[in-house]
Amino acid sequence: MTIAETASRTIKVDALARVEGEGALTVRVKDGVITDVKFRIFEPPRFFEALLKGRPYGDAPDITSRICGICPVAYIAGASQAMEDALGVDIGEGIRKLRRLMYCGEWVESHVLHAYLLHAPDFLGMEDALQIAKVHPELVERGLQLKKLGNRILEVIGGRAIHPVNTKVGGFYKSPRKAEVRELIEPLKRAVDESLATVKVFAGLEFPDYEHDYTFVALHHDEDYAIERGRLISNRGLDIPVAAFEEHFDEEHVRHSNALHGVMTDGSGPYMVGPLARYALNHAQLSPLARQAAYDAGLGPVERNPFKSIVVRAVETLYAFEEALKLAESYEELAVPAPPITPGAGRGHGCTEAPRGLCWHRYDLDGEGRITHARIVPPTAQNQKQIERDLWGVVQANLHLPDEQLKWRCEQAIRNYDPCISCATHFLTLTVERA
Amino acid sequence: MAASRKPKLAVWKFSSCDGCQLSLLDCEDELLEVAGAVEIAYFLEATRVEIKGPYDVSLVEGSITTPHDAARIRKIRDQSKMLVTIGACATAGGIQALKNFRDVDGFIKAVYAHPAYIDTLATSTAIQDHVAVDFELRGCPVNKHQLLEVLNATLNRRKPVIPAHSQCVECKMAGTVCVTVAHGTPCLGPVTQAGCGNLCPGFARGCYGCFGPKENPNTASLAKHMAELGVSSRDIAQAFRSFNANAEAFRKEGDAHDDR
Repeated sequence: MTIAETASRTIKVDALARVEGEGALTVRVKDGVITDVKFRIFEPPRFFEALLKGRPYGDAPDITSRICGICPVAYIAGASQAMEDALGVDIGEGIRKLRRLMYCGEWVESHVLHAYLLHAPDFLGMEDALQIAKVHPELVERGLQLKKLGNRILEVIGGRAIHPVNTKVGGFYKSPRKAEVRELIEPLKRAVDESLATVKVFAGLEFPDYEHDYTFVALHHDEDYAIERGRLISNRGLDIPVAAFEEHFDEEHVRHSNALHGVMTDGSGPYMVGPLARYALNHAQLSPLARQAAYDAGLGPVERNPFKSIVVRAVETLYAFEEALKLAESYEELAVPAPPITPGAGRGHGCTEAPRGLCWHRYDLDGEGRITHARIVPPTAQNQKQIERDLWGVVQANLHLPDEQLKWRCEQAIRNYDPCISCATHFLTLTVERA
Repeated sequence: MAASRKPKLAVWKFSSCDGCQLSLLDCEDELLEVAGAVEIAYFLEATRVEIKGPYDVSLVEGSITTPHDAARIRKIRDQSKMLVTIGACATAGGIQALKNFRDVDGFIKAVYAHPAYIDTLATSTAIQDHVAVDFELRGCPVNKHQLLEVLNATLNRRKPVIPAHSQCVECKMAGTVCVTVAHGTPCLGPVTQAGCGNLCPGFARGCYGCFGPKENPNTASLAKHMAELGVSSRDIAQAFRSFNANAEAFRKEGDAHDDR
């Protein structure tokens, strides 16, 4: 009897490893047919939107950064933007570019952590990066050094890598010293070469055969590969300002998850945010070197195999280093690190590309500039439904595998999304009742 | 323990942002060496390897916010020779302890479509409120150099060298100009434990207390001084109610001011 003929199978992962936060997976198969797939998030809710109520507008970046230790800058930048939008603050090009430089540091730190330490072991048949280090020490060493430079960018600009302190609504407390930013230049030049080599290494991995015709959603800006600014676009013709997000995207509260599931309101269902979506929609805005590296790695202009997200992350890491180098070379100290702000009433939106995808914020402020209402839509919540859909497809295509291998493949498929479960679990002030 | 056996290290997560355990992975220059000195028996963020207890050292990140987690920490304590808590969530309840000051049922009803799906305690509390803790490492997040020191000391059975003095001492030692004296910027430095590496004042910003209260802090005196600088009662309360809101000294001082 082959495994596929077994009457009933359950694949269960009680606590998913090598992701940020607490998640679990259950797949049920009966008579060769999948009956249920649940990617469960049991990370306890932390109520951020509710906790922000009554706090001054300036508290939002520091408080929301604690949603995630891996991508705090995504929250700092998104919350700051939303407040600047609500209060009519123009930050100017110098501050925007410094914020983008800092964000490049976070992309590097997060992407390298995920690609080298969390995802690569899946492809190499190992339990963790420490096992890889025993066989390919140079590979892990390279990853650690690239990650360290990403963190160094964050430290120079923000004071520390996890929960930086030098950021505020409007910009920065203090302009980093030019000499310190300049010291990043030589290491960044080397990192561009090292990350080019990384793309080649990951391109040589073996990728499970699976593709899906995704609805990709990402920020887009004509001038650069969108990170901290742009409009929201999709490969199905969506093109809206970030303020219109709620007209097109919704979240459902389901029993098996403390995160809410993202869906599109036009009935087209789940969608994907993150590296694959950005790469497909903003391919033309990549640097020539990154585009060439992607081409040489065998990626087309649109990549629909989610297992190749590890290669796309490597391409984005290369781009982030190139971009950081450019921004560091042109950096001039800011005469005014943050423009003066008059607190007041208003509504503001912020949206940036966190390493794992779109992170959207909306805040309402009262006359004193205190938060009356907050809504944050993190990337993993948006991807959660798509993750489940991928799991159906991946399980269906791999029913012939024995349980342990099928479980491995399922975990690998979840890690394609670099799910940040700490982020996804939060408390929304929106209620959606569905019969 | 047999001399040849490597000590077993476990890293546990409760309600948190993952940032403190990430600090261990952020020790890029030391990570492989640390991994060589111990047997990593449980560290879900880094590996799918799971080795059964008992453990020589357990590092615990995060706060207790669910009935399930309250039971889980007791089992972990039973399995751990040394239990070290890392970060503001584990040592004080974290930012999510702000819910301790509010009506949580109200939150759930107001904001979730299906409140019955949510299983949560009314409070977010520190690990030592539930089990005995051998050492508490402060910070939101912890300082990775301090984390290595605590790990090193614990593995070698000595007391970690972690100063309990205030942030002010750090500023003086670093020669950082006092932001309160020089610019009238409110700063929690006088009542906050050092350890961050003298960060905020170095960026011309007042300390916001992410390392929690120092030993015997005179919070009332600082609050009086903040009021003299023109900080409102509500803003004083909220200054104490952030990442260490539920640490006793900060909680009491926050409660002493009208948060409306």
